[in-house]
Amino acid sequence: MSLHSIGIVYRKELTEALRDRRTLISTIIVPLLLFPVMIVGFASVASTLVDKAKEESPKVMILGGDDSPAVLGEVKKIEKIDIVPPTSDWKDQIVNKEVRAVVDIPHGFDSAIAQQQQETVKIYTYEGELKSGIAAGRIEKHLDEYRDTVVKDRLAAKNLPAAVLKPFEVKQQNVAPPEKVGGAAIGGLIGYMVILLCFTGAMYPAMDLTAGEKERGTMETILSSPVSRSDLVLGKFSLVLSASLATAALSVISMGVSFWAAQRFNALNFGNPNDPNTLHIQIGLSAVLSVFLMAIPIAVLFSAALLTISLFAKTYKEAQSYLTPMTFVVVIPAVAAMLPGVDLTPKLALVPILSVSLLCKELVASTYHWHYISIIFASTCVYAAAALFIAIKMFQRESVLFRS
Amino acid sequence: MIEARSLCKSFQDKKRGTIRAVDHVSFTCQPGQIYGLLGANGAGKTTTLRLLATILEPTDGTAILCGHDVIDEPEKVRANVGFLSTATALYPRLTAQEMVEYFGRLNGLDEPTLKKRLDAIFDRLDMNSFRDRRCDKLSTGMKQKTSIARTLVHDPPIMIFDEPTLGLDIMTARTITAFIRECRDAGKTVIFSTHIMSEVEKLCDTIGIIQSGKLLTEGTLEQLRAQHGEHDLEEIFVRVVAPHYVSEGTN
Repeated sequence: MSLHSIGIVYRKELTEALRDRRTLISTIIVPLLLFPVMIVGFASVASTLVDKAKEESPKVMILGGDDSPAVLGEVKKIEKIDIVPPTSDWKDQIVNKEVRAVVDIPHGFDSAIAQQQQETVKIYTYEGELKSGIAAGRIEKHLDEYRDTVVKDRLAAKNLPAAVLKPFEVKQQNVAPPEKVGGAAIGGLIGYMVILLCFTGAMYPAMDLTAGEKERGTMETILSSPVSRSDLVLGKFSLVLSASLATAALSVISMGVSFWAAQRFNALNFGNPNDPNTLHIQIGLSAVLSVFLMAIPIAVLFSAALLTISLFAKTYKEAQSYLTPMTFVVVIPAVAAMLPGVDLTPKLALVPILSVSLLCKELVASTYHWHYISIIFASTCVYAAAALFIAIKMFQRESVLFRS
Repeated sequence: MIEARSLCKSFQDKKRGTIRAVDHVSFTCQPGQIYGLLGANGAGKTTTLRLLATILEPTDGTAILCGHDVIDEPEKVRANVGFLSTATALYPRLTAQEMVEYFGRLNGLDEPTLKKRLDAIFDRLDMNSFRDRRCDKLSTGMKQKTSIARTLVHDPPIMIFDEPTLGLDIMTARTITAFIRECRDAGKTVIFSTHIMSEVEKLCDTIGIIQSGKLLTEGTLEQLRAQHGEHDLEEIFVRVVAPHYVSEGTN
């Protein structure tokens, strides 16, 4: 093994990679553009849509209530709803989004209330539909208030204080520092993004440097030079690894900048930081650096594995068909870590990818469990070394290099 | 000098079982001479030359090139060999100069030597006009010249050509044959494979006829003519190969 020849191979592969559009797009353009577009673009579009929906007065139909002027009057008092006359095809109108909600007041409602019988007001909605939800929410809120006044009146009539119904209050209060709250909320997402981009960043160069080389007929050329096969594969591997880490680094930087910009311009509706109801995201530089550090062994693992798999392929296309399903192998454990309630255990710490993804979640929340960090770093290094060893062995095999 | 000693190479094929692509082939090529390996498609020419260039490893037997064994010192063997075939393409995204430089560096040339050799070769092959053009933008002739420059950059004592003129037009093919002669005149050991009789007649000092992985006969053109009582090389070839020939389809 000679560092000098590895360096020569690396420099040449770098020159070629920088001239390859596909590699440039996947390593530099995608990570730089993905986050700003995703975060700022999506969030601002979503918030304008929601704002617009809130401004509108959704159409609401009232069924019954002719004999109950009190409750009918309350419903008619609700702000920002547009009451339309009742029709018999109200169900179809909800489904066709012509009417957003229908309030069904049972017969004899007012007199039933006066006699202290329990009655039910039904609100028919289109579940999951935004404007229907807004309409129903407004109606429900107002009727809740009306109910409270009815209760108050009854209590007052019997000379009882309001505390009879509410002997004590229950209140939640957050004591975790803001960076830990933010970490729990988006830590999983950051780990997932870094892992996925380490993978996609390595994918195109790995295919280009192996299957691409076979396809272009340069494999035999390079094998006829005195460079040893292990130096050759290590040079290629270094380039794939650089691409993978560059993608991850650029994505983390671009994600940081996008979040900062989004908060700054309030595109995410984070509101003011003193309001306990809004999500206040604060991720420290040290957390980001430690996530990146954990990404190094996983990038080694991906680079070596992708290089080995695509070496089997004879053409770029064939390599693509091998690597595309691999994406799922990476995405599934990475997503699993984002599921609520999945936390690090000694067993999970040995599962490649999933362990790193779980750890990233903790790191972003500034939680440092050193024993887990060392187990996961060491185990990922072992997997990475094994993958690299297999890659070197595969490059020595004629049946792989000259598969026909 | 090249010495092939009972070289063997077999491949495993799922349908056909073990294939003996090269079967106990022995021959010697001397410096300042051209050895021509003549054979039909699938006769074992390419595999033999790949074994000599250490791109493949023999399953049995060995070969010694410039005193280095292909099994024990493959990197040293490659440092002494210039290998050119129709399958040795150029890196499309490198310029002609970068391509040749890359192989010079891999061959351990230091930068001043590399620059000197590069200038000399580019002048000699008249390549200065497309030095900085990317290889994927070169014409076939320019590509061929760049390939030649690539094999020559480390001034190897042994040149191996695997069907170097396959698929080339006459003018480009002539550049190659002229280049092969030059290599011989410069005292290099040259071996090349072909199935074109006229090339062999014009170029070769020694001819070896190969079929089904076996070297069937060997000698100078005169020796072969005397041995088989035929003047025409094609007739000699058919006479030697016919008893061993199995058409590719039935193999």
